[in-house]
Amino acid sequence: MAYPTNYRYTKEHEWIVLEGNTGTIGITDYAQNSLGDIVYVDAPKVGDSVTANQTFGSVESVKAVSDLYSPVSGTVTAVNESLKTTPDKINEAPHETWIIKVELSNPSEWENLLDAAAYESFVSEETGA
Amino acid sequence: MATESIERKTVGKVRPHQTQNEGLVFEKSSPGKKAYKLPPLDVPAVDASSLLGETHRQASAGLPELSEIEIIRHFTRLSTWNYAIDLGMYPLGSCTMKYNPRVNEFVARIEGLAEAHPYRPDAQAQGILEVIDLLQKCLTEITGMDAITLQPAAGAHGEFTGILLVRAWHESQGNARKKILIPDSAHGTNPATAAICGYAVENLKSNSEGGIDLEALERQVDSETAALMLTNPSTIGVFESQIHRIADILHAKGALLYMDGANMNALVGKVRPGDFGVDVMHLNLHKTFSTPHGGGGPGSGPVACKRFLEPFLPTPVLVRSAGEPQSSVTISAAPGALHWEYDRPQSVGRVRAFYGNTGMFIRALAYILANGPDGLRQTTEDAVLNANYVRAKLEDLFELPYKTASMHEVVFSDKRQAAKGVKTGDFAKRLIDYGFHPYTVSFPLIVPGALMIEPTESESKEELDLFIEAMRSIAREVEETPELVKTAPHSTRVSRLDEVQAARKPVLRWRG
Repeated sequence: MAYPTNYRYTKEHEWIVLEGNTGTIGITDYAQNSLGDIVYVDAPKVGDSVTANQTFGSVESVKAVSDLYSPVSGTVTAVNESLKTTPDKINEAPHETWIIKVELSNPSEWENLLDAAAYESFVSEETGA
Repeated sequence: MATESIERKTVGKVRPHQTQNEGLVFEKSSPGKKAYKLPPLDVPAVDASSLLGETHRQASAGLPELSEIEIIRHFTRLSTWNYAIDLGMYPLGSCTMKYNPRVNEFVARIEGLAEAHPYRPDAQAQGILEVIDLLQKCLTEITGMDAITLQPAAGAHGEFTGILLVRAWHESQGNARKKILIPDSAHGTNPATAAICGYAVENLKSNSEGGIDLEALERQVDSETAALMLTNPSTIGVFESQIHRIADILHAKGALLYMDGANMNALVGKVRPGDFGVDVMHLNLHKTFSTPHGGGGPGSGPVACKRFLEPFLPTPVLVRSAGEPQSSVTISAAPGALHWEYDRPQSVGRVRAFYGNTGMFIRALAYILANGPDGLRQTTEDAVLNANYVRAKLEDLFELPYKTASMHEVVFSDKRQAAKGVKTGDFAKRLIDYGFHPYTVSFPLIVPGALMIEPTESESKEELDLFIEAMRSIAREVEETPELVKTAPHSTRVSRLDEVQAARKPVLRWRG
């Protein structure tokens, strides 16, 4: 699966896309594929603050529970409620299924994130592929 | 019929055998059946309603009503579907599913020990207190630590107790500190423990050998680091050879070293955590010291520590009065007698009712004394030898992500088989058809598609060879008939369950 070039990525396998000052955050195809069938998503509440490189929730699959790391700092403005009943959407369409939206408090953090090409080479290093 | 498609030939050490069908115990119930008959009432009858008023239950509690033989058959039939260490190898990595020696059970059933009551005055309980005292001495000697509590009821409970000690000590120094470092290869209970004890968890990445990256550690340890929680050998089954330097780096910044003793079966009689810089650690009597495990429990997770942490140990603490022991003790303060001490102002308090799972202490002590120092050392050597034998016989077929010499377990990855669409979980299910309990799948998380195999010292070369043959045979099946592996198990009462649906849409009630 191709990694959208307008997105940015973390080494913890989250993606973020920016519209104005609002970032939409999800997990990558590589992440969903390593986790396997996702059965539960633990997300923060609207109004919670998140910090770059710190955990903001977790995803649970039949294999493991994995922390979610925020690519940026800011305040949560929306949470994808549909994941409560259909967490499998992340497996089906990882790059279209968002988990939270965040109002960025420090937009310059965007510059520290990996672009699609850099993320792709990071993943192939990790898998040794 | 589905059963006709099952191959009725012998596979490995098993062949399909007759299993009894069995419903739920509730479905077998019929009103009025009893498995007991009480003698006639020999005290004055009372009117329950007048004593209990509104709280007197009028309707039946809805418990199943069966005769004694129906109950016996029900549970006996169910027990035949089980797999146990008494049936064969149980290579569940990280769990140390070793044999539970019968001598342990014999000793635990001696009347004076089995019937000991926790409310008995100390003076009348000197026998069981001596057992506890001797076990404490053995465990502190084996770990090289100074003091111990046997209260915690399991490994994670031990971690919790250990980190409470860490926190109490830092508080006594004026600052509880804020974070605990945990390697990415750790058991999931480690970060959970740190969080429950009020610490932030900071992840420590493993180096290419699966060990601690010393430079990263040096960068991450600061004046707010309370401790590092480290499993040694690591979950990759690799001994942390730089352990003394790790301890020095932490101690230089006033941080402590906690050791998760889950893998102590690889160290007993060889090296002592107390000698390589560990400040506090837990043991799992139900792993390393052969007490029952996995449904046969309960568990036991003693916490051993260095002298400076002793004042913080949970109450009560077992203390021996000064002086020569008398032949007959009538008061617990008698010279040489053991008693529980409760007045410990710096203690973190009680973590368990009474003094933990005492039945396990008797079994663990029986194991230690039956083996003796040389026997325990041999046990460690055999556990490591067995893991390396399995590794040597399988490493041509499976990817070995970390090449460092293995200790008590070996971790392969399913990389080569996954290319054919067969994953570690499929392999594990097929192993059931060959008469083995699966190994641990998908852990540790730093190995994608992990196969984590821990044979323990209990297995003979003959059983190990059967296991190796089964693994090699399944690897051939992956090449020739991958569907057979992907749809396994085929010989069990129920075939593969839909674990995903069970987690996403669980049905939690009997009859809707």
